[in-house]
Amino acid sequence: MALVINEEQQMLKTSAKELLKNRAPVSALRLLRDSKDSKGYDPQLWQEMAEMGWTALNIPEAYGGLDFGYVGLGQIMEEMGRTLTASPLFSTVWMGATVINLAGNVLQKESLLPAIAEGTQVVALALEETNRHNPSRISTTAIASGEGYVLSGRKVFVLDGHIADKLVVVARTADGDEGINLFLVDSKVEGLSIERKWMMDSRNSATVTLENVSAELLGEEGEGFAALEKMMDIARIGLSAEMLGTMQEAFERTIAYLKERTQFGVQIGSFQALQHRAALMYSEIELCKSLVIKSLQAIDEDSSDLTKLACMTKAKVGETIELVTNEAIQMHGGIGVTDEEEIGFFMKRARVAQRTLGDYHYHLDRFAKLNGF
Amino acid sequence: MSTTTQTDIKTFRAETRAWLEENCPQSMRSPYRSAEDIFWGGSKPEFSSEDQKLWFERMRDKGWTAPAWPKKYGGGGLNKAEYKVFKEEMARINARPPLFSFGLMMLGPALLYFGSEEQKMKYIPEICRGEIWWCQGYSEPGSGSDLASLQTRAEDMGDHFLINGQKIWTSYADQADKIFCLVRTNPKAPKHTGISFVLIDMNQEGVTTRPIKLISGKSPFCETFFDNAKTPKENLVGTLNDGWTIAKYLLTHERSGIGLMPATQSLQDMAIEEIGLENGVLADPILRPQITRWMINEAALKLTTERTMDEAKAGQSPGAKSAFFKYYGTELNKEQSEMRVVIKGFEGVEWGEDYNDGKLARGMCRTKGNSIEGGTSEVMLNIISKRILGLPSR
Ligand SMILES: Cc1cc2nc3c(=O)[nH]c(=O)nc-3n(C[C@H](O)[C@H](O)[C@H](O)COP(=O)(O)OP(=O)(O)OC[C@H]3O[C@@H](n4cnc5c(N)ncnc54)[C@H](O)[C@@H]3O)c2cc1C
Repeated sequence: MALVINEEQQMLKTSAKELLKNRAPVSALRLLRDSKDSKGYDPQLWQEMAEMGWTALNIPEAYGGLDFGYVGLGQIMEEMGRTLTASPLFSTVWMGATVINLAGNVLQKESLLPAIAEGTQVVALALEETNRHNPSRISTTAIASGEGYVLSGRKVFVLDGHIADKLVVVARTADGDEGINLFLVDSKVEGLSIERKWMMDSRNSATVTLENVSAELLGEEGEGFAALEKMMDIARIGLSAEMLGTMQEAFERTIAYLKERTQFGVQIGSFQALQHRAALMYSEIELCKSLVIKSLQAIDEDSSDLTKLACMTKAKVGETIELVTNEAIQMHGGIGVTDEEEIGFFMKRARVAQRTLGDYHYHLDRFAKLNGF
Repeated sequence: MSTTTQTDIKTFRAETRAWLEENCPQSMRSPYRSAEDIFWGGSKPEFSSEDQKLWFERMRDKGWTAPAWPKKYGGGGLNKAEYKVFKEEMARINARPPLFSFGLMMLGPALLYFGSEEQKMKYIPEICRGEIWWCQGYSEPGSGSDLASLQTRAEDMGDHFLINGQKIWTSYADQADKIFCLVRTNPKAPKHTGISFVLIDMNQEGVTTRPIKLISGKSPFCETFFDNAKTPKENLVGTLNDGWTIAKYLLTHERSGIGLMPATQSLQDMAIEEIGLENGVLADPILRPQITRWMINEAALKLTTERTMDEAKAGQSPGAKSAFFKYYGTELNKEQSEMRVVIKGFEGVEWGEDYNDGKLARGMCRTKGNSIEGGTSEVMLNIISKRILGLPSR
């Protein structure tokens, strides 16, 4: 498939840009942060997003969705990356809806997917247990009990955990990866405690403790890990699309500053030391763009290369966003390290996104393993 | 030109496939692996194997050394759709180009665009048939990156130009029959506006060459001296004093030809074979992420080429992006060569007595020139910053 977006996808991207520019610029994130907003996002904006169909793009029509595909959803992520918009789109739509659609039975899909599509359900994934991404190292236990299961354990870095209606909890019924399964947990259920954490990107994250919490198995036992892996690859690509938007915005703001700021009587952008570093960033961003569009298409095509592509993309995008956000600050000089200037927000968001679902190191290692070394 | 229907294309594909199957020798079905694999043509052609000769002659007779150039100039006359199919079918069996030359890569495209009808009729068929070896006379001792400062003079003597000066780094000047050359025809004009593009016969008294030895041990390039050399006035290409326009056009063609080189063995296979695995991972823990990173960059660069072509088809101009491809491709090429030397350890730094003994070390040395020839990496970064990012000049 040609590595370009089609007209419909372009229209979606343009309308997303428009809405976000007006309703959710970087200053909106600053406001959420400074007012210590209890929700950490703007529910009204979330409703508007739902009305525009963003929450339904990857959901099949049979479950109230638009079945528009991930390439389109990726365009929205890219635009949200530019404005650093805080919303549950990643947790609920990229991770929640994807995994429910992949793993859930018909009844579970019927009860959850239409609500996600309407924007009335926020879903969070409770996966990590240690400080570094490691989906195989799960010690949260799930023990069969009556109709359902009982879960105990502690989860960290649960994105949007404290605002979620439902949690998808990764827990263990037996040893090995096959013993890892997915469970639906109601956020109001007894034995569950959710503690909000303040992260450097001012976005939502929580620590979740489960003490004999009753839960419902998502889909079939023994099939959870495969669905989790596939969902994570899809979500890694979605997150990479967001990061691509973030790095492009930081880069463009920096180029604009190089043309605006004068020192020694000339524009600082005329200094070759800065020009070459800018040209290097341009080059790396070009590579990221190609990986992101190729990977988004691979999701919609259900390509057998999905895993390798997700791995390459999250690695490359993670490496590049670190370079770009650091250089962006450096090239702004003193003003770059002030809280008043927005450029620092991009670096802060980047660092959290880099850690999410595996960083550069994780994916470089994984890519080598996938290639047999 | 007539339009091509889907059935025409289907037939063309079937015919091309059958013809290539029948005519491409097995040994020609792999990418170039070393300099010897390339057939350059010329008035004293040298083939490294019977197969190479056979493959070249068959393709030449079909006009497929330059498949997309017009038939009347000796090309294959393929239209866009057919040319795409042709390339796909060549790639399907990994067929290597039968002829590689500066004539095909650089002068031909320039003549097709700027040349007169007489020049096209005279020179392009020779290029297609691989009969003339052309070399490129741009750089001078005092004019490298700042090419437009070149000093070689061409004086108007009525029916011919009289040429005096010196070129340097002229690849294969000692084997070439002719040279396309940038010369100063108006010393008084500002530097970009006094340059002309002329074609000169190397076989004359006023032209001498002296090979320069490269760090790889080979001597593929030369100093070229012009001492009252002559060329008829009809060998001026384009307009007098407007040679810079042609020079720039041609440089983008040259740049797109320098980049990633295909390799016989992938980096990771070479590393696994030489270094081995411990618990399933490469036994050199430092090299492992370096190779991985390189592989990702290589794949991403290839995708970027693909994306840029798709965007061009959708109407987005690539602009000065060739500078980015030249920069990134050559840097990756250097990295990969360096890693191969690392992987092979002592064997990697073996020089041997002849070029084929020390392929890795010598090959690595050769790649150092990739980021210099056709415009240096720094110059490519300058072009990206000014022409793509719009950063100001001083
Ligand atoms: C293998 C090989 C084959 C070649 N074949 C041919 C050929 O067939 N015909 C031909 O005409 N030429 C040929 N060349 C010459 C080539 O085009 C020049 O070497 C090249 O343009 C650089 O010029 P220079 O060598 O004079 O280096 P310089 O221009 O002197 O550069 C020296 C250093 O200064 C840097 N530099 C120069 N200007 C700037 C700037 N504005 N900003 C930042 N850095 C700068 C360069 O990047 C480089 O690092 C060949 C070169 C090589 C290596």
